[in-house]
Amino acid sequence: MATPLSLKELSKKEDRLTSGHRMCSGCGAPTVVKMVMLATDYPVIASNATGCLEVSTCIQQFTSWNIPWIHNAFENAAATLSGVETMYRSLKKQGKIDQEIKFIAFGGDGGTYDIGLQSLSGAMERGHDMIYVCYDNGAYMNTGIQRSSATPLGADTTTCPVGSANPGKVQERKDLTRIMAAHGIPYVAQASPSNWADLMKKVRKAHEIKGPKFLNIIAPCNRGWRSKTDDAITLSRIAVDTCYWPLFEIENGVTKITYKPKEKKPLVDFLKPQGRFKHLFAPENEWLLQKAQEVVDRNWDRLLREEEFTAPKSE
Amino acid sequence: MKQKGWKELTPGAVVTEPGSSKQFKTGSWRAFKPRWIEENCIHCLFCWVYCPDMAITVKDGKRGEFNFDYCKGCGICALECPGKKGNKAIVMEEEGN
Repeated sequence: MATPLSLKELSKKEDRLTSGHRMCSGCGAPTVVKMVMLATDYPVIASNATGCLEVSTCIQQFTSWNIPWIHNAFENAAATLSGVETMYRSLKKQGKIDQEIKFIAFGGDGGTYDIGLQSLSGAMERGHDMIYVCYDNGAYMNTGIQRSSATPLGADTTTCPVGSANPGKVQERKDLTRIMAAHGIPYVAQASPSNWADLMKKVRKAHEIKGPKFLNIIAPCNRGWRSKTDDAITLSRIAVDTCYWPLFEIENGVTKITYKPKEKKPLVDFLKPQGRFKHLFAPENEWLLQKAQEVVDRNWDRLLREEEFTAPKSE
Repeated sequence: MKQKGWKELTPGAVVTEPGSSKQFKTGSWRAFKPRWIEENCIHCLFCWVYCPDMAITVKDGKRGEFNFDYCKGCGICALECPGKKGNKAIVMEEEGN
């Protein structure tokens, strides 16, 4: 029986990601993994793309994982896990294993949006029964804040540094959640650790659906975002409330927004506490600030219309 | 804690002991230390679920002390703590005071 989604009940479960990992103080990623694992009541096997999460949870002879876990390379977390899942199916067929086991791949935005996109696309297309979880912190934080295709418009990174010739990243974010939805897989969702119950419900739902599933989860990084160490959860909450990071799911082609903020906050609420956007508040960059808000408005508006458009017809 | 030499490592550096990172105490990273004020605690467990370092102990659904072996002092628990009638149950203090 599934553990009820109450913190009291969940707190009785054993940690599947243990203490002693060396993620930075105040990192959002371990909280994301913790929540995904708390929502999982099945035996589980995980794979990891190279990234912060991988290097700091598995430093020579130590592991923070209480479950079978495999790391291969940067680009192939999905391909590696699809191989493990195939072996599991074969062993099951041969009668050598009878347990119900679930498979989860973890990757950061670098290992998912950029480097691992090809192998992820392949694994999703082949229809492996697994969940791919992308923890999106919006840059290559592990190697020192280089821009990725998940870096938001206007952000300052070490490979698009702010200066007299450049106002930060001038390109928009890649909409990976939508790219995954375009694969026609049964379940795609976006979640945030600030809304833990929503996140866990999505993980639960994904486990009960057979086939490939994709979850994109925001994971604030105080080092890269140039924010304070205590605001990972607060910032992810503001990201949701400004509709920068809308919470929605696409199940068999039907889009559903799982949380609509009562009052859509202006994007500056999300940008202001982060040092990587400091320059956007200079008078000469006002156009960029405006553009960033327009992008959020446009995407939110499209999502609202999509929800209406894809809703099942009531007859 | 003694690190293994290369001759003692397993082929492929496979780690066979799950959760062994617990031997590595990250508590020494702290610059700020959280203090739990029990009388203001409503045992909502938000601190527990949001803690990135699994450094808050819970027993039978009731919040217990911090595990300072691992707490890195990020302060997320203190910021997210709703407290009782506006009084926080977790406050951050400078380490070593």
